[in-house]
Formats: sequence, C-alpha cells, structure tokens
Amino acid sequence: MLLIRCPYCEEERPELEFRNAGEAHIARSANMAGESDDDFEKFFFIRSNPKGIIYERWRHIHGCARFFNAVRDTVTDKFVMTYKAGEPKPSKLPKNSNEVVAK
Amino acid sequence: MSGALRIPGAGRLSQAKTARFSFDGQSYTGIEGDTLASALLANGVHLVGRSFKYHRPRGILSAGAEEPNALVQIVRDDARKTPNVRATVQELYDGLAANSQNRWPSLSFDVGAVNDLASPLFSAGFYYKTFMWPKAAWKSLYEPKIREAAGLGVSPERPDPDHYSSRYAHCDVLVLGGGAAGITAALAAAETGVRVILADEQAEFGGSLRFESGARIDGQDGFAWAQAAIARLSAMDNVRVLPRTTAFGYYAQNFVGLVERVSDHLKAPGHDLPRERLWQVRARRVVLASGAIERHMVFANNDRPGVMLAGAARTFLNHYGVAVGRNVGVYTANDSAYGAAIDLKKAGVNVAAIVDLRDNPSGPVVDEARALGIEINFGRAVIRAGGKLRVSSMTVQPKNGGGERTIAVDAILMSAGWTPSVHLFSQSRGKVAFNDETKRFVPGAYAQDCVSVGACNGTDGLSATVDEAYAAGAKAAKDAGAKAAKGVKPKVDASESWSRGMLGAAPGAGPDTTVKAFVDFQNDVTAKDIRQAVHEGMRSIEHVKRFTTNGMATDQGKTSNMHGLAIAAETLGKPIPEVGLTTFRAPYTPVTFGAIISHARGPLFDPTRKTAIHPWAAAQGAVFEDVGQWKRAWYFPKAGEDMHAAVDRECVGVRSQAGLFDASTLGKIEVVGPDAARFMELLYTNPWEKLEPGRCRYGIMLREDGFIYDDGVVGRLAPDRFHVTTTTGGAPRVMNHMEDYLQTEFPHLNVWLTSITEQWAVIAVQGPKSRDIIAPLVEGIDMSDEALPHMSVREGKICGVPTRLFRMSFTGERGFEVNVPADYGQAVWEALWAEGQKHGATAYGTEAMHVLRAEKGYIIVGQDTDGTVTPNDAGLDWAVGKKKTDFVGIRGLTRPDLVAKGRKQLVGLKTKDAKVVLEEGAQIVEDPKQAIPMKMIGHVTSSYWSQNCGRSIALALVAGGRDRMGDTLFVPMPDGVIEVEVTGMVFFDETGGRLNG
Repeated sequence: MLLIRCPYCEEERPELEFRNAGEAHIARSANMAGESDDDFEKFFFIRSNPKGIIYERWRHIHGCARFFNAVRDTVTDKFVMTYKAGEPKPSKLPKNSNEVVAK
Repeated sequence: MSGALRIPGAGRLSQAKTARFSFDGQSYTGIEGDTLASALLANGVHLVGRSFKYHRPRGILSAGAEEPNALVQIVRDDARKTPNVRATVQELYDGLAANSQNRWPSLSFDVGAVNDLASPLFSAGFYYKTFMWPKAAWKSLYEPKIREAAGLGVSPERPDPDHYSSRYAHCDVLVLGGGAAGITAALAAAETGVRVILADEQAEFGGSLRFESGARIDGQDGFAWAQAAIARLSAMDNVRVLPRTTAFGYYAQNFVGLVERVSDHLKAPGHDLPRERLWQVRARRVVLASGAIERHMVFANNDRPGVMLAGAARTFLNHYGVAVGRNVGVYTANDSAYGAAIDLKKAGVNVAAIVDLRDNPSGPVVDEARALGIEINFGRAVIRAGGKLRVSSMTVQPKNGGGERTIAVDAILMSAGWTPSVHLFSQSRGKVAFNDETKRFVPGAYAQDCVSVGACNGTDGLSATVDEAYAAGAKAAKDAGAKAAKGVKPKVDASESWSRGMLGAAPGAGPDTTVKAFVDFQNDVTAKDIRQAVHEGMRSIEHVKRFTTNGMATDQGKTSNMHGLAIAAETLGKPIPEVGLTTFRAPYTPVTFGAIISHARGPLFDPTRKTAIHPWAAAQGAVFEDVGQWKRAWYFPKAGEDMHAAVDRECVGVRSQAGLFDASTLGKIEVVGPDAARFMELLYTNPWEKLEPGRCRYGIMLREDGFIYDDGVVGRLAPDRFHVTTTTGGAPRVMNHMEDYLQTEFPHLNVWLTSITEQWAVIAVQGPKSRDIIAPLVEGIDMSDEALPHMSVREGKICGVPTRLFRMSFTGERGFEVNVPADYGQAVWEALWAEGQKHGATAYGTEAMHVLRAEKGYIIVGQDTDGTVTPNDAGLDWAVGKKKTDFVGIRGLTRPDLVAKGRKQLVGLKTKDAKVVLEEGAQIVEDPKQAIPMKMIGHVTSSYWSQNCGRSIALALVAGGRDRMGDTLFVPMPDGVIEVEVTGMVFFDETGGRLNG
C-alpha cells in the first residue's frame, strides 16, 4: 500500500484514503461546443499512458475530499510529488520520492 | 516418558510437563514446548505423509517453516480442520489431534502409491501432454479425476467459527527475524529509544542458536543469551516483540504484512483471543535478518522417511532433546553437518559414518569428529538410500565411481550448504546478486529503505553477524531519526562458522541416471524432471519452473530452488547467474484467508443501509431486496399472496386510491451558493437559470461523451438553493462527478455541495387520494392545484416537523414526495399511513414502483440505459436546453456516431399475446427465420405484467426504434419465438390527465 501526500492536508496518508481520477492537465475547453471532432477526440479519448513519469489526478476521497495532482513513476510506482489542483505542471521534478518533497 | 527417543538431559524442555496427542488415531505423549514434529520423532515416528504426485512415503525433513513433507491436518472439531499444517511449526498442546494426508486407506499402505510405479506417465509436464485427447474427456473425465486425486487434506464441513483480528502499526525500525542477527539489530536500535518491532516466526527467539551448541555470547550459551536479550527488549516501552509472527509480504514504501499465530498452540483457546492477527506495519527502516535455509543433498531415494537436514536433526536434539535415530549416517558437502554428528555422538547416538563429498576437508569440526571416533569418508557420495517406509541403509561410492558399500542406518542427516533467505529482500524489489565464490544469491541493489544482516546477507560466522547487525540496527535507528546509541554491543565468545557446499545433483544422480533424486519434495520434482524440461525446450528458468512445477508448492521451493536452478544451468551449459532466479512472491509461507479478511465477513463484509422506515416495513412483513448496500421493501405480501399477486394488488391500489412508498434511498444533494444556478446549468442538460424558486424540473446529467449518467427531479428552494435528487445507486458517483467539476473545471463558481441523502427520509404518497391523505397533516402550505401545481416544491411543516414537500410523480398519478428529517421518518410515515387507511391507501414496494413507472414510460437510468444511451435515444430530447452554450456533454452529443441514423432508441413493446411477459435482456430480431447467429437489433430493458393495463408491457432499445412504430418484431427464446409490436413508451393514461386527477 502506497503512501500519498495530500497537498491540502499536508500529510502522507495511506493509499486507501485516495482514489485515482485519471490523467492530469487535460483542460476542458472554454468553448466546448465549438471544439472540432479532432480536438474533442484528443480531449476525451486520448491518454498518454507513459512508461515512466505520469501526471495524474487523485482525490483524497476519504479525507479532505479535494482533487489534486500527482507525479508518479509508472515503472517504480513511486510518487515523485503532489501539488494542488490548478497549479501548473511542474517544470522541474525533485530527484527522490515524495518523502523528500514532504519535508 | 515422552517418547523412547527422548535423550535424558538433552534439550531445553521440561520432561515434567507432558502433553498427550494423537496422530492418525494413535495416542502418543510429548512434552510442552514440543512441535508436533519433535513429539512424533521422540516416539520414533518418521513416516508422516504421502507425497503429492507419486504418493511416496515421506518423513520430516526440517525443523522449521521450510518443511515440504510433514504436512498434516490438525483437527479440533468439524469446523476446525486445518489442512497442510507443517508439523515442524505446529506447537504441541495437550489433546492435539493430527491426521496424515494424501493417503488411502492408510499411511503405511496407500493405494495411490501405484503412481510411483507408473511414474513415467507423470514426468515433467505430464498435465500438458497426457490429458490432451479426446478433447471431450477433459471436462467429463480428466478434470474431475485430477481434482479428486490432487490437493492435500480435506476441507472443514462447517464455516470457520474462529475470529481473526487485524492491526495497523507504525514503527521506526522493523526487524524481521529473531536469531542472533535480528536480536542484535533490535537491541542496537531499541537502545536509541526509537520505536522497534521485532518479529520471528518461531515460538521462541534464537534462530539457529537453537541448535548451535558451540555459540557463546556475553559469557552465556547462545540460546540463553537470546532469551535474556528478548526479556530485556520486551521490557522496553519502545519495543514490541512478536513471536509466532511471520513476515509474509514486503510491499511498497516499507509496508510489511505479518501474521501472528495467536492461539493455534493453545489447548483451549479462549473466545476472547483471535486465532490469528494480521499486522500491517509501516516502518521507516526495515532490518532483514531472515537467516538461511539448509539444502538437502540430491541423491536417489533422498525422500525416504528418516532422511533429513542435518541442522534439523541438531535442533531436535539440542532444543527438544530428541534423537532422530539410534544409528545415523551423515552426508554432507560442507562443515555444518559435522556439528550434528558430533552432538549426536556425544548424546550417545551411534554415528555410523560421515560421508563427505569434499576431497580433503580439514578444520576443527573434522578433527573433533575424528577424535570422537566417527568414521569419515572423504570424496565419497551416498548414491542411494535403502528402505521404504523408513530409511534402512545408505549406499556409499567414491564420487568418481567405483565399488559400492552399503551401511545400515536408521536416519541420514544431510547438508548441501545453506541458502540465504532473500525472499523478503526480493519482494521489496531489491535485486539479488550471485556470489560466484560462495555459490549463492545475496542481496545486491536495494530498492527500499531496508538492510539485510547475518546469514540472509551471506555473512558467515556469529562474530561477523553480530558486528554487522549491531551496526545496521544503530544506523537504521539513526536514519529513522534517533540520537546516538547508549548500548553495548554483544560480545561473541565462541561461535561456529561454515560456508560453501554444493548445488545441484550429487554423484549418482547425474544426467546419465534415471534415479528418483528429489529436488522438490512437495511437488515430487526430480533432477531428471528438470533435465527433461530443458531437453524439451524450456530455456528460461521461469518456464522450467512452470513445466516441472519445481518450487511451486506451498513451501515455494525454500529447499529446492537453488538445486533446480543449478541442474537447469548445468543442462543448459550456462553459468547460474545467466539462467537467473525465479521471482520471489508473497506470501513467504501460506496465510489463511481468515487472517486476510479478518472481521470483514458475514454481516461485516459490507455495510447494510436501512432507511428510517425500515422497521415499519419489516413489521408489516415486507420482502426486502438489495439495492446496492440498501435494503429496500420489495413488496408487501398479505396472507396467501405470492409476489405476483401482491404486486398486482399494490399497483391497482395506487391508481384506484393511493399508495405510500418509502423513497428514502433516493440520492439527495444540496447545491447551494450564489452561483448554484450557473453550476446546475453546466452539470445538467436542462436550463435552470429561469426555473422559479418553488418549482421543480426533471434533470438529465450527461458525461462529457454525451451519454446519460444520471437523472432526477430537482427542486429550486431559493434562488441560491437547489434540492437535487439522484438515482439510488448513483448518489456517490454523482456527488463525485459534481465535486470533480466544481473543484477542477469550474473552481470560479461560488457553490457548495452537500450530500443530504441520509438527512431526509422520503415518503412518496401517490394516487388520486394522495392530497386528501397529506393535507390534514400539513401546516403552512397551500395544497391547492393553483398554489401547488405538479412539479413544485414548498417548505413547511407536516405533523409538526419541517418538511420539503414535493408535488411530483413517478407513477403518473397525482403525487407527492414528503421529505422530513430522517429521525422523524417513521413517525411521519405512521401518521400518513393512519390517515391513508381512511382512504384505502396501500403500501407499495420497489417492484410495484417499477411497474407503475414503466406503465408511464418513465425510464430508470442503469436499467433502460446502459452508458451508451443519449437523451435523444431515450426520447428525452425535450430535456436538453437547445439555447445553452455549454454543459457537460454538449460536445459529446454532436459526435458523428451520436447523431447518425439507426441508433438504438427506447420504445415500447407489446407482445401479440398479451399474457406473455418478455424476459428482460431478451434479444430482438427482424426476421426470426434467418440463420443463426441472427442479427440482433436490440434488447428488452424493462418488462412487467401490468394489472392496470390488463396485459404485459415492455420497454426496449431497438435500432431505429421510433421509425418502426406499429412494426412487428421478434424475440427468439429457447422455447419459441415471441411476436411483439413496437409502440410508444406510454401504456397508461397517454394524455397524462391523471397527474391532476
């Protein structure tokens, strides 16, 4: 069971308290109705599924109930860092696991 | 006397405390502190089981958790029959009853042993080759027979009456393994004051100090030192000492699963004690001190009862005071077995000979054995064991061939060397590395915050182990945040030391032979099987493992993996590290389901949700159905009524007079805030800004792809307050969906969402008399049609308590839904019921509710829709705001496939024979005479007998359904084709006049 740091609670909590909510940084268009078929396809269906670093959304469902973003390595399953919803995609990642970020 | 082979003065158990036990119905006496294995051996019993495949007689191989052979069934009563218990782990208690497994009619005469004679049929991969044809025979003949023959032990006949518990724990340093290394590391860490947990699978700590008679620490015998150290640790507030506790799995971020056997060793466990306790431990640092496991020698008939590991024989002598024989032979490829020979000889047991595969070993143990007058044969091999139910001899030959000599023995003690237990390290995703010099895999690169110490790290010798463990324990504590240690490192005064050994088949069991030299005892895999697997094309060790099943039994190859690997490598002509190890997987030893599920079974498996009105319904004799976690009243049968009759009566009652229905399970969410209406505009297809406070609207929620996600009636209580209802099953996901958009896509909206499902009990009062029933109890609400028209909501009081009174209908009749605070639910229901009795009202359940809504063509999301249905498909286009510029799903609705012709649309179906009720889920075709497989154009989503219509009714999703009105379609069923006519979805009161009736 993983430990995940909730950026709102500012605590590491067990995975049981969280729920994954899919890939992060896929913005819904302000002009949704006007999206082309291609753009809608990209927005709704296409996901990156990388080997390595993935940016994803999690919800602290059995905690503060907030949605937040996380950087996770799909190879090691390690959480690199977590940050609040709405914050930009981090340009630089810390070298170690989220334990380091937590300090 | 507790067994003829108990040596007076030997061992650490008190002879005074005897315990009676039985094995296969025969009574014996043992001593408290014995394991079942040591007690049996003390009574001269070696034969304890039959092997899995060949049904060969098997004895006790080891003295610990690695035991592959001595698996027995422990029987307490009908419900407590535990199969596959390792006799070497099961502690003896007075009255213990054990049975052997996998034999019929008896252990010494087992019919299944013909498998041994037929062994050419059962060679490696026989499952894959033997039962291939005829194909039909697999299901009817082979599989049932194999299932009957396979498996060990029998299942209990009754549910497990024991209880199990589960605990989470956190610590700074978790030490796994309580031998010299683990105890030392725990001491070093504990002395700094950090929180330490020390666990060991044995009842007593000490590990190999149990048998190493040559170990002295801090001026004491090694085992005595261990007990003193454990007493010290147990007395420390920051230390938890867990005996009988096996670490079975090492998971991410130093999360370790341990299972503690709490009461299996007790004669009469109190009911206050769980049988086992699962510990889920999160540790900052983990110290692995899991020791090493001795390997057997691979030679012909090495599985005969009486052939056992040398270290085990030494444990039985030095700890339990039991001689495993009166005239033993020793077969070894390293120094450690000499200790067994020396200790047994000193205890008065005849040691017939030591056979040492090495050419010219020397050292103190060799000298001591020689001084004791034990015959030592260097450069020789035991090429076969004699005897059947018990070993009777060993045949010795120079290892390069030559004359044979047979020596009479009643036990053979063997040691091929020691395999570091890297299981947990490997489970932690650490990479093992092969040490070519010592021919063993030891921990290499670490993946988590852990460290290996002692024998599991390939460290030889007690002094080196204690040095390493003390340093590692102190460092782990420091890394976990401790200040400097204050303790003193234990001082090793005397120790034993050995290393090396051999891997693979011994001489006499080489590639040119066909003897049964077992590698894996539990799965009956021989050296020959492994060679055969390679010859048949298996190249990867993972394939060899699966083809031969080597290492796949419940012992997970603790004694066999390295031998199997070496034989495969030799046959492949590759060095061992190139062939590689198979993956170590949790659990390290078998874990009961009871420990894993703990209290989460029976009524505690999943929560049961009951409405405030549940007790009333139960008292009325309602039959309940499960809807998610909810118990809902399904129908209310009167005396002599079946479900059909009850539902017909309820349906007619609602439309003729009135009905009361418990709708409390309906999901309810309050959407509040200055931007509440804007939020509703975005989450639902309908327009909301212009909905006046006090009015309701049927809302449809889509996913972004345009498909219906949920629906429900929404009442606007105030400009900034909406009372939203959802489907019963949909409440949590709708809440999640709303929160998701509010928090991440529309965070600029000033809105709060609150689940109010359980705060409001909901009583639906439906039917022509509904207003007459409610009106006398209501205060502060004008109940006239002008003041309270269909689809409106008012706040006021009913029976003196607050209510949100909805005028709405899920039956097509004049109807109300009375929301009251849940605590008043049953009282208000009873008041309404009493009032209803004056008007002939009926209580109706979910089945009648379903029929009534289907008569009106009202859909149920999740029944008439399946996640691929758009509002248009469901005939609900009117509920999509055409002027809206945005809502979730707006773009999805215009996707090419969603606007294409021929989509499945919801329509009504009437069977040509009005009495025939279709089956829900039945498929629909245009031409019933076409060849199979037929082209299916849709399916039935809802289907009922409608007493109000006097006929069956159904809803169905049919391709291009609305263009087929009046057409005849067909529903092919196993006993004939049913003709149906496509109709509209409203079967009753098409004009809707009864809403105000």
